[in-house]
Amino acid sequence: MSETVDLLIIGGGPAGLAAAVEADGLGLSVLLLDEQTEPGGQIYRGIESVHPDTLTVLRDDYAQGASLAEAFRRSGSTYRPGATVWRVDEDGSVAYSQDGKGATATGKRVLVATGALERPMPIPGWTLPGVMSAGGAQVLLKSAGMVPSGRVAVAGCGPLALLITQQLISAGANVVALLETTRAGDYLSATPHLFGALSAGSYLRKGRRMRRDIKRADVPIHSGVSDLAAIGEGTLSAVAFSRDGARTELAVDTLLLHIGVVPNTQITRQVFCEHEWYAPQRYWRPVRDDWGATSQAQIAVAGDGGGIDGAAAAALHGRLAALDAACRQGKIELAERNRRADPIRYELAGHQAIRPLLDTLFPPPQDLCAPPDDATLVCRCEEISAGDIREAVALGAMGPNQLKAFTRCGMGPCQGRMCGLTVAELVAQAKGESVEDVGYYRIRPPIKPVTMGELAAMADD
Amino acid sequence: MFRRLHDAGGQSVTIDFEGDALQVGAQETVAAALMAAGAGHSRTTPVSGAPRLPFCMMGVCFDCLVEIDGVPNKQACMETVREGMKIRRQDGKRRLDP
Amino acid sequence: MHSADVIVVGGGSFGAAVAYGLVRQGVDTVILDGSDDSLRAARGNFGLVWVQSKGMGLQRYADWSRESSHLWTDFADDLQDSAGIHVNYQNGGGLNLLLSEEERENCRRSIDIMRQQAGPDGYDAEIIERDEVQKMVPGLRVGDEVAGASFGPHDGHANPLRLLRALHCGFEHRGGRYFAQNEVVSITHDGSAFVAQTANDRFVAPKIVIACGHGITKLAPMVGLNAPIRPQRGQVLVTERIETTVEMALGSIRQTDEGGFMFGNSEEEVGFNDGTTLPIAGNIAARAVKAFPQLSGVRLVRNWGCIRVLTPDKCAIYDESETMPGAYVATSHSGVTLAAVNAHHVANWVATGDTPPDFDHFSARRFDVPAAA
Repeated sequence: MSETVDLLIIGGGPAGLAAAVEADGLGLSVLLLDEQTEPGGQIYRGIESVHPDTLTVLRDDYAQGASLAEAFRRSGSTYRPGATVWRVDEDGSVAYSQDGKGATATGKRVLVATGALERPMPIPGWTLPGVMSAGGAQVLLKSAGMVPSGRVAVAGCGPLALLITQQLISAGANVVALLETTRAGDYLSATPHLFGALSAGSYLRKGRRMRRDIKRADVPIHSGVSDLAAIGEGTLSAVAFSRDGARTELAVDTLLLHIGVVPNTQITRQVFCEHEWYAPQRYWRPVRDDWGATSQAQIAVAGDGGGIDGAAAAALHGRLAALDAACRQGKIELAERNRRADPIRYELAGHQAIRPLLDTLFPPPQDLCAPPDDATLVCRCEEISAGDIREAVALGAMGPNQLKAFTRCGMGPCQGRMCGLTVAELVAQAKGESVEDVGYYRIRPPIKPVTMGELAAMADD
Repeated sequence: MFRRLHDAGGQSVTIDFEGDALQVGAQETVAAALMAAGAGHSRTTPVSGAPRLPFCMMGVCFDCLVEIDGVPNKQACMETVREGMKIRRQDGKRRLDP
Repeated sequence: MHSADVIVVGGGSFGAAVAYGLVRQGVDTVILDGSDDSLRAARGNFGLVWVQSKGMGLQRYADWSRESSHLWTDFADDLQDSAGIHVNYQNGGGLNLLLSEEERENCRRSIDIMRQQAGPDGYDAEIIERDEVQKMVPGLRVGDEVAGASFGPHDGHANPLRLLRALHCGFEHRGGRYFAQNEVVSITHDGSAFVAQTANDRFVAPKIVIACGHGITKLAPMVGLNAPIRPQRGQVLVTERIETTVEMALGSIRQTDEGGFMFGNSEEEVGFNDGTTLPIAGNIAARAVKAFPQLSGVRLVRNWGCIRVLTPDKCAIYDESETMPGAYVATSHSGVTLAAVNAHHVANWVATGDTPPDFDHFSARRFDVPAAA
């Protein structure tokens, strides 16, 4: 027999935790399913178990997660860690696996709070052992107190690339270079006063401070690099890049890649929510109203899964979605919902004010969205290259779904998470269309692999 | 390869990776333990046989697939280590259970 | 505007096979295809080249399916030459597993009917016992509930996605012209040729083949043809890659050459909803695990719904318009099985007007049964 709750939350990051606390306070029964074994999501990964010394390295923004996790633990929410959701239906039923067993639960309202994924950064050699996502290295730091041994380079752009570089340096890693794919950093340094005048300039001040710390540690920052490549036979030995017309090869043991994060839309796509293309940052996001309600009547989304706003904003979005859930279920009146939302929206506006400007000024680098080198692998699971995609488009494949059929891209276990955006960009480029018109993979369940035995237990005859 | 900033101290367990005993932190994921052990590679792909190591560490990329206690294609980044756990590289396609 | 000898409307496995056969004969052919999100049965196909269950009530269709399976080996080789793509056709026969005595009894009755219907031509499928099933699939332990199987010697399977790509590739290598995102809005005849109008373009040819699945319903009446097809959903499951375990197709279970196991097919009357449902997917999984308990620990990576193009008797429709000769309709849900005959006989029929024997059996006029008085 499937259990039913007022609010079923998928994801235990800032949005999910804050929503659970708020909803519980409003008298809703709450079930939170999370794939991780501890609350915090990726941003506050390991927040309850982190070593005090590591906490110092990770600094204040991370430490804020602790109070959120505490509040969640104190709430009356039912918490099911280690629960991997693999299917969501329009009627609010959610199928998940925990400890190797399949189960279903139904939310009168379902809040998808599955956060962000790192945008794929396909460069030649990025599948070599020794190459990793910067976010992955940060997870190792947060959850296991580990840093790369040997020579480390960080390549890409965006706040997390700066942050992980700075964190690794303070943790004692031998970072030999930060390779910035944009000149954004230079731009930031050159124009502090323009941005300083804006109310949310703290985001930019943080960026400048991190760059200053990195430079003070004598780690060279190379801005405006291109043609990045990971080099090695069977394992990484060097990173190559071009800058100002010169090609450099740098011996490294670890290369960390990062060009920003994008909403994780696997669940919202699987359950047929409408999505829209957010052109400044070249990603898809579910269409949502001011309360996180999607085009599916019972499904809401909060946090970076609905559009990248950062952890602090995610928690606020979570609270708004909880208020809306309470209102829809008659726990509070509409006026009460709106009244309680006012201070949350005020705070949210502070976090969001600078986003549009930042998003427009710092788009992801074009040659990393659509890799120019034909040999670069795009789909890591099925090992499909950029050239394979272009060849199939030349044969007549008109979009990502025909490409799946023609090449198997996106058909591996990651279900297109690592290649979906790249494939769409390549199609758009080859056909001279917009990515928005090209569209995206149809995401089918299960969004995470599930055993046949678990699925068989769901049979109705 | 990664190294630990702190000694696991009393909070450690012993796992077996390809016949080698590894002492690892009790809270670590299998993927973290393998990164610290300098596993070289943790799987070969079923398509070309290329070597891979964990990439995203957050359950997204499926590059960290290993065999854990005889169960193939497990995401190493989503499993916490346990005393006596036996881990093997996932070598290409899985086999059926006996 | 573009002109050609033949316009083929539809780039799925049906349309592309006919078009491929046409360019092989040197006929100047264009394919007009829809968009990335069109309903595409060819993308959801299970990949069977299947004979044993085909043609109940229409012996010509049973013969036609068997003939296609005989042509398939050469057809696959030919595609390899034309497109350089190996479609992995396996023709070692096929098993339809029977999971209860009731299923076995129903199967036995069907076989009797098919035998009688076939007469002297013969019907080759037969029921075999559980231990014989086990011998045919040595890599898998047969479940205790398996009550035998029907074995069809002409059955086999191929990689349906590579078939689709090979047809497109071969078509273009041999000079065919392919136009995606050109959904046909209307077909008219201007006195000398057919004119197919798409959103942004016009295509003119003396002959036109309508093979665009459910799009047929709208287009066929424009040229005096009728094709009473309806949608039926089949859900399919596919697993992670597994080392090759079974080479024979097992009806609703087969292992692809990439290694994944596929399971299907449900028969659901849900209109054009190509989604999936947990209970049906569960039923398919339960049946697979019952047949082969070792599959219980195998991981499913994708579950999709696909809309079949189903005629009232589940047999193909091939028709030429009586009022507007040169306009053809061709459809069936068996796009992989029939790809070989489509590329050979149907293409030849369109190219030369040389009608295969008893081809009127496939006319949609067979459904025009006068209402009872």
